[in-house]
Amino acid sequence: MNENGIGASVRRKEDQRFLIGKGNYTDDINVAGQTHAVFVRSPHAHAEIKGIDCSDALAAPGVVAVLTGDDLAADGIGPLICGVTVTSDDGEPHRAPAHPALAQGKVNYVGDHVAIVIAETRAQARDAAELVDVDYNVLPAVVDTSSAADSGQPQIHEVAPDNVCYNWPFGDKDGVEAAFAGAHKVSKLDLVNNRMVTNPMEPRAALGEYNPGTDEITLHLTTQNPHVHRLVLSAFNQLAPEHKLRVVGPDVGGGFGAKIFVYAEELVVGWACRKIKRPVKWNGDRSEAFLADAHGRDHVSTAEMAMDENGKFLAMRVQTQANLGAYLSTFSTMVPSYLYAFLLAGQYSTPLIYSEVKAVFTNTAPVDACRGAGRPEATYLVERLVDICAADMGLDPAEIRRRNFIPVDAFPYQTPVVQCYDSGDYPAALDKAMELADYSGFSARAEEAKSRGKLRGIGLSSYVEACGIAPSAAVGQLGAGVGLWESAQVRFNPTGNVQVFTGTHSHGQGHETTFAQLVCDQLGVPIENIEVIHGDTAKTQFGMGTYGSRSLAVGGVAIARACDKLIAKGKKIAAHALEAAEGDIEFADGNFSVAGTDKAMNIAEVAFTAYVPHSYPEGVEPGFDENAFFDPTNFSFPAGTHICEVEVDPDTGVVEVVKYSAVDDFGKLINPMIVEGQVHGGIAHGVGQALLEGCSYDSEGQLITASYMDYAMPRADNLPCFDIDYAPTNPPDNPLGVKGCGEAGAIGAPPAVINAISNALGVRHIDMPATPETVWRAAQQAAAVSS
Amino acid sequence: MEMISEQLIEASRESVWLALNDTAILQQAMPGCESFEKTGENTFEAKLVSKIGPVKARFKFDVSLSDLDPPRGYTISGAGQGGAAGFAKGAATVTLSEQEGATVLAYRVQANVGGKLAQLGARLIDGVARKMADEFFENFKQLVGAEAEPAPDAPE
Repeated sequence: MNENGIGASVRRKEDQRFLIGKGNYTDDINVAGQTHAVFVRSPHAHAEIKGIDCSDALAAPGVVAVLTGDDLAADGIGPLICGVTVTSDDGEPHRAPAHPALAQGKVNYVGDHVAIVIAETRAQARDAAELVDVDYNVLPAVVDTSSAADSGQPQIHEVAPDNVCYNWPFGDKDGVEAAFAGAHKVSKLDLVNNRMVTNPMEPRAALGEYNPGTDEITLHLTTQNPHVHRLVLSAFNQLAPEHKLRVVGPDVGGGFGAKIFVYAEELVVGWACRKIKRPVKWNGDRSEAFLADAHGRDHVSTAEMAMDENGKFLAMRVQTQANLGAYLSTFSTMVPSYLYAFLLAGQYSTPLIYSEVKAVFTNTAPVDACRGAGRPEATYLVERLVDICAADMGLDPAEIRRRNFIPVDAFPYQTPVVQCYDSGDYPAALDKAMELADYSGFSARAEEAKSRGKLRGIGLSSYVEACGIAPSAAVGQLGAGVGLWESAQVRFNPTGNVQVFTGTHSHGQGHETTFAQLVCDQLGVPIENIEVIHGDTAKTQFGMGTYGSRSLAVGGVAIARACDKLIAKGKKIAAHALEAAEGDIEFADGNFSVAGTDKAMNIAEVAFTAYVPHSYPEGVEPGFDENAFFDPTNFSFPAGTHICEVEVDPDTGVVEVVKYSAVDDFGKLINPMIVEGQVHGGIAHGVGQALLEGCSYDSEGQLITASYMDYAMPRADNLPCFDIDYAPTNPPDNPLGVKGCGEAGAIGAPPAVINAISNALGVRHIDMPATPETVWRAAQQAAAVSS
Repeated sequence: MEMISEQLIEASRESVWLALNDTAILQQAMPGCESFEKTGENTFEAKLVSKIGPVKARFKFDVSLSDLDPPRGYTISGAGQGGAAGFAKGAATVTLSEQEGATVLAYRVQANVGGKLAQLGARLIDGVARKMADEFFENFKQLVGAEAEPAPDAPE
């Protein structure tokens, strides 16, 4: 076995440069003649622009240019697009209002882009931006998700009457209604999935350079998908032809979804650098990240489950109002529809599911994918509802789950909501998690806590998600504008070391290590001789980037396919060199050998021969460099059970997560240490949503949680040491047997935490974030009811 | 936010009313006010510097008087841009009533902020607005009281 191959916890190769401060982020890159840009943003949630007076700003020291939406329109740049079409219940496509990169006549949220001020220094640009005099006629704002489509609300976009983007019913409505009519018991729950600010550590940035000699624009961006950026900026935003636009995503300090999308700043910086013929850098600050990064979640839902007398689920009915913000961000429409409703079966064999999603516009920042994207919302709803069902039926939460799990022998399992789950053993993960959590010992721990005046609660969450996004044919049918395959190139240099080019993008996931392990394992090349290269459209062939836990499940397979091709070619070269028949050549551990003999040559020698083909097989091309594209036939479906245990102080409402156990099925693990890190981060993200994070606008659309003083992120002292284990199954649709692990924690954790708090307090439900105030009030109320 | 309070001013209702319409007194009473100029019938332009939490900004307020009911009171409203700091708007409804030769000035103040002020200082706004309103009416009381019957320790 290869000590740095599949299954080894190899230390992350990329950490060397990060730990010694040699990371190379967009803002670390400075070029000669560089100018600095600051965006003038709307302080109003909803207003007409009556005029913009740039004269004082233009006269300010160091100012190079001040550009507005009129300049952008005159050059025919933009507008920004939404890449996925959802068909509304009237048969028409979703309502898509124009989304200019710089406002044209109207601003629709606080932080909306009004002008770009470019100056010699950042300070000069900031000072001058204050001098841009924008004459606003302030309009009443729509802020609240649940009432945004009510009659009498202000209208944001003419093309979207009642602020509705789409109404999207899905499933067998009549069948579900019949099942509800005949049910033994119906359990019902209203719940809110709280709005989140995604908050990657590195704020967004862009550096645009124009070369008049070649007519090329180079854009360094904080992007999770450089080729997607190039494609959209070129094909839809008219920035430059694809072959005259290079997009580089250098080191990127976290994305969590927020850096998938094509943003106004990126397009404007690219356009402005050509216009002024000087490099333009924009480095967003934290306030801008709060205001103008796409936010996540923000659903208001009602969920109902019909059950028979044994607590068996007969049918589920869901109504959701989803806030998309002021404009449609790049993939926003698919998040509360396909990525949500198609996961509502959860781990259960519920035969009938019907959902209605109404997506609405509000005068808030655009909402799009945030770690999990739709799946956390689905999982939270299902796993909270299942606990309510358990309470209503007088069953233990573990027992009602067990009674309704999709049986192990039913895989591949076709759910009633499109998805066909590849593999799973849900009871195994539940059993293992209960053992890990010492579920049976909980009542004793609760008693002990009670003696200390604490309320102890335990909560389960059995989640399933869809990763490995995605089969192109499937997403094409759903209205996506792109295919979601992945590509790879594996290139041997003549001296035997290897460069692996991947179309995925690493911004914290550790691809440079995991992918090197794959190649190390398959080709037998020492891991230190393998370099993984990503993030530059001028270097890598093409790629769809990193999101939806797709990089290994899709991009990893493309790498393996390219390695297969190298091995096949290497056999021809080795057969010639070793004077044997190609069919007699075997490849193992980096060596091509003639079966049954000691004649062999290693892959580095084969590579050298391919580049110095003095004695070479006829008809074989020189060179040792192969590429491959992989388009999966199905999503992958990671699943697992997370169990959270909390202690609540009823006097202060403070919740302490005292124990957290997670058992996940990610298929085969390539680097268990990296996977564990992803699980840790995901759980922290999920606990953050459950306990701390709540993005809040006031009634006039002012963002009042716009800094870390008012928006609480999880910290180490909010979290216990996690107990983590795995219950892997082998997904038949994935050639590597892998599923994806980056989002699981953020999906599994919120319902586990809220189920635990509800259990501790003895209440039916408590909304996220369960802050001390919310919990204290619920505890007081529960105490008043019981006394 | 909204707040309600009152001041007892040792002066006649008539003289308090006159002071409420005197731009010089209003400017002196308003914390951080640099200028207060009449721009039309019952409209003014005020410039003031204010600090809310970490945000310090120079505001240009358009001020207007409405619901004039001499000498019983009025509503004074202002909306102003503070450049990159965002904007603030507010209104105070002032009611004057007589009490044993003195005047009770009751006020109800509403204030809102937007932009960076809201993003960084929303949680501080109530306190700042209350402090500013109290300071204003306290100053006003001193100024009017001093004018009505000069006392040695009155502010100049």
